[in-house]
Amino acid sequence: MHNFLRREILFLRRPLNLTSRVLLLLAAGALAAAIFLPLWKIHLVAPQYREGLALDIFSHKLVGGNGGQDLHEINTLNHYIGMKTLSQADFAEMTWMPFALGGFCLLALRAAVIGRMASIVDLGVLFLYFTAFSLGNFYYRLHTYGHTLDPRAPMTIEPFTPVMLGSQKIANFVQTSLPQSGGYMLAVFIALLFAAAWCSRKELP
Amino acid sequence: MKKSLLISATLATALLPFSGCNPPGQKSAGETKTASAGTPAARTYVAPGDKDEYYLFYSGGHSGQVYVAGIPSMRHISTIPVFAPYPATGYGFDEESKKMLGDYSWGDVHHPGLSKKDGVYDGRFLFVNDNANNRVARISLSDFKTHQILGPIPNSSGNHGSSFVTDNTEYVLVASRFSVPLPKGRYADPKDYEKEFNGMLSGIKVDPQSGEMSVGWQILTPPFDWDLGSTGKGPSEGWAFWTSYNTEMAHETLEATSTQGERDYAAVVNWRAAEAAVKEGKATMLDGVPVIDPAKVPGVLYFMPVPKSPHGIDTDPSGRWIAAGGKLQPVASVFDFEKIMAAIAKKDFESEFRGVPVIRYESVLEGSVPVGLGPLHTQFDGRGNAYTSLYIESVVAKWKLPPWTAEEKADLNKVILDKIDVHYNIGHLVLGGGDTKKPYGDYLVAMNKLSKGRHLSVGPSQPESSQLIDVTGQKMAMLYEAFTEPEPHFAQIIKADTVNAIEVYPKADNKHPHAVWEAKDTGVVRNGNKVEVKMIAIRSRFIPDRIDTQEGDELTIHITNVEQTTDMIHGIGIIEQNMNVVIDPGETKTLKVTMTKTGVFPFYCTNFCSALHQEMQGYLTVKPAPTAETAAK
Ligand SMILES: [Cu+2]
Repeated sequence: MHNFLRREILFLRRPLNLTSRVLLLLAAGALAAAIFLPLWKIHLVAPQYREGLALDIFSHKLVGGNGGQDLHEINTLNHYIGMKTLSQADFAEMTWMPFALGGFCLLALRAAVIGRMASIVDLGVLFLYFTAFSLGNFYYRLHTYGHTLDPRAPMTIEPFTPVMLGSQKIANFVQTSLPQSGGYMLAVFIALLFAAAWCSRKELP
Repeated sequence: MKKSLLISATLATALLPFSGCNPPGQKSAGETKTASAGTPAARTYVAPGDKDEYYLFYSGGHSGQVYVAGIPSMRHISTIPVFAPYPATGYGFDEESKKMLGDYSWGDVHHPGLSKKDGVYDGRFLFVNDNANNRVARISLSDFKTHQILGPIPNSSGNHGSSFVTDNTEYVLVASRFSVPLPKGRYADPKDYEKEFNGMLSGIKVDPQSGEMSVGWQILTPPFDWDLGSTGKGPSEGWAFWTSYNTEMAHETLEATSTQGERDYAAVVNWRAAEAAVKEGKATMLDGVPVIDPAKVPGVLYFMPVPKSPHGIDTDPSGRWIAAGGKLQPVASVFDFEKIMAAIAKKDFESEFRGVPVIRYESVLEGSVPVGLGPLHTQFDGRGNAYTSLYIESVVAKWKLPPWTAEEKADLNKVILDKIDVHYNIGHLVLGGGDTKKPYGDYLVAMNKLSKGRHLSVGPSQPESSQLIDVTGQKMAMLYEAFTEPEPHFAQIIKADTVNAIEVYPKADNKHPHAVWEAKDTGVVRNGNKVEVKMIAIRSRFIPDRIDTQEGDELTIHITNVEQTTDMIHGIGIIEQNMNVVIDPGETKTLKVTMTKTGVFPFYCTNFCSALHQEMQGYLTVKPAPTAETAAK
């Protein structure tokens, strides 16, 4: 036990070599890109919408495909089942999410400059919490939209949760939800943190 | 085209045994020759979901509409209402289109003309003339709707010799078919036809940006009956040509009296000179239009003799050769524009008619091509060939344009390359871009004037038939036959990718002053006995869906279709109020009804819009007007 703790403390104190610092800079860059790139896409295809209706989720905005028109169209369709209108204004997270990502970006830069293993571990853990919270929040949003349906709506359907990853059939629509370039950047960020830690795992304190 | 029908129908009857007529169900010689191995079917087959290569715009004659078909499938795609109401699109019911139609409920659409840039179609507008009420309409190829109707054009009567579009759409040129005493509204005895009546050529100016038309100028002519024409191109750019069929200036029994002369006069018009003369103040105002007297302004108008009772006069893609078809003469007369210019320069005139020089026929004629019986119109493929419709013979003749070899010149029968039967008497024919500098030269559509026995019987009124002919090979090949609404006179063919049609009206482009987009902005406002409603239509509601009025009220509804989705069209029909308006996505329309009947009148969406389309309805209530008794209460 004592030995294990000592090893851990030693590990956390390890300095970062140049490779790790460069990887951290790249990680900061990936995160900066994620602020501006679409994180997730929800796509709806039906016989009468062969090209499909698309909804792009960014850290700071909600954009309908076809020049924004698809968002109106999705809302128009959703009113039949009594789903609440999707509106960017309702997504409080879109006001702070870019800043949170910016904060992580700064922390990555800080880690690159201070150059201690502990900074990477702190950042990694914090970011995992953040990611878990964001995905949970995303799921909660999907669940809420699919479960709080207006009882006076023209059509009564079983409450449902739109799928978060993959495809499913809802009425005549096939709904597909997949991460986009911004989402992949978040994964790249985590991967780069691991790589940075790995590269300096044997540096002497 | 109409009048040729009268004249040559008689001839046709006489010549029936020799023409391409066949009893129903029997194949003609032409058909058995070409319908082999199913290849024509393959050439015209456009699989479900596939799109045609070309648009075909047919005029609709006295139906007042324009029909859109695809080539090579020949499938009817759409109808564009122009001069007559069309409940299918609500045309003629809303205030704007009602205003455009004016007091007329029909028009006689003859010759559609596409807008051009540098002598080729630019895909912006289609102009069509109304022979009956002297109008010209402009259809936008952005939304395939009629946007302007100009007319009745002052001083012009029987707007048949139209719509001929100049190389850069500076003008749509028009010639009057009939002559009347001018200014219009003046009485004169038709016995004094020569003295009191006049014809008119008009330059309808087109705004280069908006396409808005206005009457630019007019040229006074003797009371000839002007027929078809065409604009010049290349070397002849700035000029225009029309035939006439009554140089005799007869005013009754034209069938006999106007066919006595061996030649009639064609008009050779320098429209740039006309434009300049008006700028220089050489015109006199008549009914609000600057009118040029060609006797006083030399250089604007010349007459050119053409053989007996001509019909079409067409300029080839090079702009040098001008082919005129003489209905009663079995030849296409080919004139050389270079020789015409030389004759004008040398003042090589054979006479003068009312102060207008008559160009010496022999000096400008390149040759008379013996195309066959009853030549009407000529189109071109851009490969040096011309195609002339032969009404009496029921044939399309393909022939070679000049320059001809000495041998060909000696016997012009040698330039006739091919003939193909059509069934039955042919009127107009059209080739893709056949009146431009660069024809497409793939397909020819032959429009038949009389159609018999080639379809399931639908009673005495036989459908108009059109035949699609492949002109890519040495021999022409009959590919397909289609039937259209009455009564096509002429058509235009344009490459599909030259046209950029929109799918919805973008919200940002809606400039209607009473458009509203949100439920909160809708409402009913009363002002005296005027009730004004701002309404939106969205799947599957009208907002508001209740309108209260009183007997005698004047109800105005501005209705906006707030959808921005393709084909999400809504309509509003009001029960027993004769009101039907169709609103495209993003469009706002204004309708007016005076409440003459009391009661409660449901209104409903006429265009199926969603699973709850039936539920898209509302009530218009009309209370009885207050009497002295009820008002006192
Ligand atoms: Cu509707």
